[in-house]
Amino acid sequence: MSMTTILQHCLTGISLGGAYALIAIGYTLVYGILRLINFAHGDIFMMAGYFMIFSLASFPWPAAILITLVVTTVMGIAIERIAYKPLREAPRMSIMISAIGVSYLLQNLSTYLFTAIPRGYPEIPFLKRIFRVGDLSASFVTVLTPLLTIVLVVILMTLIGRTKTGMAMRAVSKDFETAKLMGININAIVSVTFAIGSFLAAVGSILYFTDRMSVTPFSGTLPGLKCFVAAVFGGIGNIPGAVVGGFFIGIVETLLVALGYSTFSDAFTFLLLIVMLLVKPTGLFGEKSVEKV
Amino acid sequence: MKKKISKPTIYSLGALALFVAFLYWLDANRLTQGMVISVLQKGAILALVATSMNLLNGFTGLFSLGQAGFMSIGAYTTAILIIPVKNLDGVYYMNGVHPAIKALRVVMAQAPPFMQTIFPFVALLLGATIAALVALVVGLAVLRLKSDYLAIATLGLSEIVRSIFSSPQFDQITNGSYGLNKIPNFPPMFFGLIPSLITPFIITGVCVAFIVLLINSSYGRAFKAIREDEIAAEAMGISLYKHKEMSFVISSFFSAIAGGMLAMYMRSIEAKTFSITLTYDILLIVVIGGIGSVTGSVVSAFLVTAAKEWWLRFFDQPLSLFGFEVPLFRTGFRMVIFSILLMIVVLIYRKGLFGTNEFSWTWLTSKKARRKP
Amino acid sequence: MREALLLTEHLTMQFGGVVAVDDLNIKIPTGEITALIGPNGAGKTTAFNVITGGYQPTCGRVIFDGQIIAENHPRSKMKKIYSGTYTEPSTQTVVHTPDQITRLGMARTFQNIRLFKDLSVFENVLIAKHCHIKASLFGSTFRLNRAEERAMRAESEALLDRVGLLSSANEKSSSLPYGKQRRLEIARALATGPRLLLLDEPAAGMNPKETDELSAFIVEIKEAFGLTIFLIEHHMNLVMDISDSIYVLDYGKTIAYGTPAEIQNNERVIQAYLGVDES
Ligand SMILES: Nc1ncnc2c1ncn2[C@@H]1O[C@H](COP(=O)(O)OP(=O)(O)OP(=O)(O)O)[C@@H](O)[C@H]1O
Ligand SMILES: [Mg+2]
Repeated sequence: MSMTTILQHCLTGISLGGAYALIAIGYTLVYGILRLINFAHGDIFMMAGYFMIFSLASFPWPAAILITLVVTTVMGIAIERIAYKPLREAPRMSIMISAIGVSYLLQNLSTYLFTAIPRGYPEIPFLKRIFRVGDLSASFVTVLTPLLTIVLVVILMTLIGRTKTGMAMRAVSKDFETAKLMGININAIVSVTFAIGSFLAAVGSILYFTDRMSVTPFSGTLPGLKCFVAAVFGGIGNIPGAVVGGFFIGIVETLLVALGYSTFSDAFTFLLLIVMLLVKPTGLFGEKSVEKV
Repeated sequence: MKKKISKPTIYSLGALALFVAFLYWLDANRLTQGMVISVLQKGAILALVATSMNLLNGFTGLFSLGQAGFMSIGAYTTAILIIPVKNLDGVYYMNGVHPAIKALRVVMAQAPPFMQTIFPFVALLLGATIAALVALVVGLAVLRLKSDYLAIATLGLSEIVRSIFSSPQFDQITNGSYGLNKIPNFPPMFFGLIPSLITPFIITGVCVAFIVLLINSSYGRAFKAIREDEIAAEAMGISLYKHKEMSFVISSFFSAIAGGMLAMYMRSIEAKTFSITLTYDILLIVVIGGIGSVTGSVVSAFLVTAAKEWWLRFFDQPLSLFGFEVPLFRTGFRMVIFSILLMIVVLIYRKGLFGTNEFSWTWLTSKKARRKP
Repeated sequence: MREALLLTEHLTMQFGGVVAVDDLNIKIPTGEITALIGPNGAGKTTAFNVITGGYQPTCGRVIFDGQIIAENHPRSKMKKIYSGTYTEPSTQTVVHTPDQITRLGMARTFQNIRLFKDLSVFENVLIAKHCHIKASLFGSTFRLNRAEERAMRAESEALLDRVGLLSSANEKSSSLPYGKQRRLEIARALATGPRLLLLDEPAAGMNPKETDELSAFIVEIKEAFGLTIFLIEHHMNLVMDISDSIYVLDYGKTIAYGTPAEIQNNERVIQAYLGVDES
């Protein structure tokens, strides 16, 4: 493989990784606060793909993007309110099952509404413009994805570090019960968390699907699971960890595909997960916690 | 001393006899009862996986989502061992069949006819044993993980198995993304005394009976203790590692048997058949039946299969009432209704059909009595 | 003094920067009742958890019936942040899981009752008998061990009878009143056939009358089952009544040891309990 091809693949990998990172943040935030693997997160990401297709059919792209972001965010909040909130006190397995149920519902609903046939993802003209540097060529979205990811993460970190809501979020994720006793409005914080997660998933969705060109009702499942792995890899509950994890998985996956092991690229992700859980269950940057007897 | 047979036993035997009679009737009328047969057979297969998943999730408290993976091990092993030799080259037309498999199958084909009738069962057992061994090794690693991590790790495992089966590197064994077809249907049992149509019910019956006996044994009680409180169970001298491993291996064993049966039922399999969705489908059966109830899983497996593949079919057909096209009815609507029903169970009727109870005749009659004001 | 059934040597447990148990050296003589007292957060439960194998100690060892069941010394990351009093020259490590320790003959109850809530009272006790089962999984599944199973059931019944819970044998354990739940936890621990019984605040949440009954009950089971008892308790009446000797813990450190009479008059103990600032 020539140097250019390698670089080209790295660029693709970084771009994919950026989208993964954005989705992974949603997992890590929700898990940090509710200790829930939000199995429906990947499907929210998929739905965002469809929202974009339909809004772009009747609106100019800036409006379409705005609509997609808003609708996805609202959907994320609504899912939490309807399917997770009633189960706050229930055993952990119940809420996980509810999440799987939502994922199942979203997939079936979108199969019903949009059929299982892949839908072409519309081209947003400025994202598709091709850049050339020497032998390397890249569409604008490839370059934009990692940059936008970094910018969004920095903004998010600042919000969490500086604002009152951010402080409350940190408190809730540290100790749910105590935070409740201290008078923090848990429901509001959980909603904010889902809003942020879904918003980032919508951004990730636009970037991801622009490169992939089509959406099906099942497009969210595997990327969703991979991003959860990314979150675990980086240390669940830890935002920079999720970003590192997202980039890492994106790059390795792209390289594996480039080397002709495309069917193993999914297996690799899960192998990484299992190895990580065994060697360092708290992830790269996670903190250790011992269960009290 | 002569044992007195209790009334519930008589009822149960009676119900069983009726069901067997019904199955023989179905066999006699199999040309006209295709839908009923297909639903019941699939129900029986799913009843076995659901029960084995319940053994883990409901009785041992291990939230595992690896069922599809273990089923695929059973399905592929069975399929490779029972596709008729004369069809092998046709099935593997793209990349050819692996010489070792070919050689083995040729040797098997020369065995006496009596052996031939046993091979399908040997194949099921072999697939299940391989799955159990995989579970044994993997269990060493993943069973240490806490609930949700275990779920995602087993889900991941199942995906790993699937991508191995569909990878071009194993083309000559699994036929890669083309999958395997021309798999023979269920074999008859006892020299045809039990027609092939009834075989899956017998297999499921035997396996579920084993699981029920296990659950009610001392080991089963230890599993329940782990489900209730790991730390207390460990303090009572129950080795978490040993018992979790037992439950995981046994559950995987039976999932693989069901997987093998699924291959015989579907007649053709591909790696996609065993995707995460399959595990979710099974989990939903367990949830609807009641996590921690074997009868719940069995009943729910039949109900869900019948509803999905038969009763709710009309949702997918365009419907016109008094000359109006009712707008919602078209392909996919059935699954939407089904998912909504499921969410209702999850959110409102959280115990499912049976909760953690088992069906019993006294329970049925007392429930009736209670309902009267 | 009689021979010790349980010994801890320089036992230290550190969580992050918190040394919850610091250089604990206790001797539990066979056949006696020894108490461990101290203010909230002193490290009593942590000491129990280390002894019963729930946590691996940071440093020191636990010896049960002459056998080292746990031993450790500060390693890797802990080496840097270790702030216990004692530094262990030995570099041996011994690990036993809680279930192994239980099978060696040590059983415990929990401060915050941990019954198998959805199971019946009878099943709770019966499960504790499982740890000594001889039959294999298949033997047990195919009911080849009828005699053993029958014996397990009979013994469980006898035990429930002995602790006065036989009448509620078929009730769900979580439906029992609080005092009975505590009793059931003790019965369940006894069902594992221990020689040493560790009780973590058995009288917590009980009124004076129930506490007195419990004192009598503890002495009774000690005699009946030939037990050695190690207990944590805040009810001083109970402790002073039935203990042969008492250890007092404060901020992880042992501040006193002696007979009930000695402890009652010990200056440091009184200070620790009243929270007098020493500076
Ligand atoms: N798993 C753990 N991780 C971190 N710190 C712990 C852990 N377990 C106990 N601690 C800390 O160790 C100290 C001692 O706790 P412990 O529960 O042993 O006290 P105790 O003497 O039993 O108190 P109480 O009388 O309230 O039961 C406390 O500061 C506690 O916060
Ligand atoms: Mg305590």
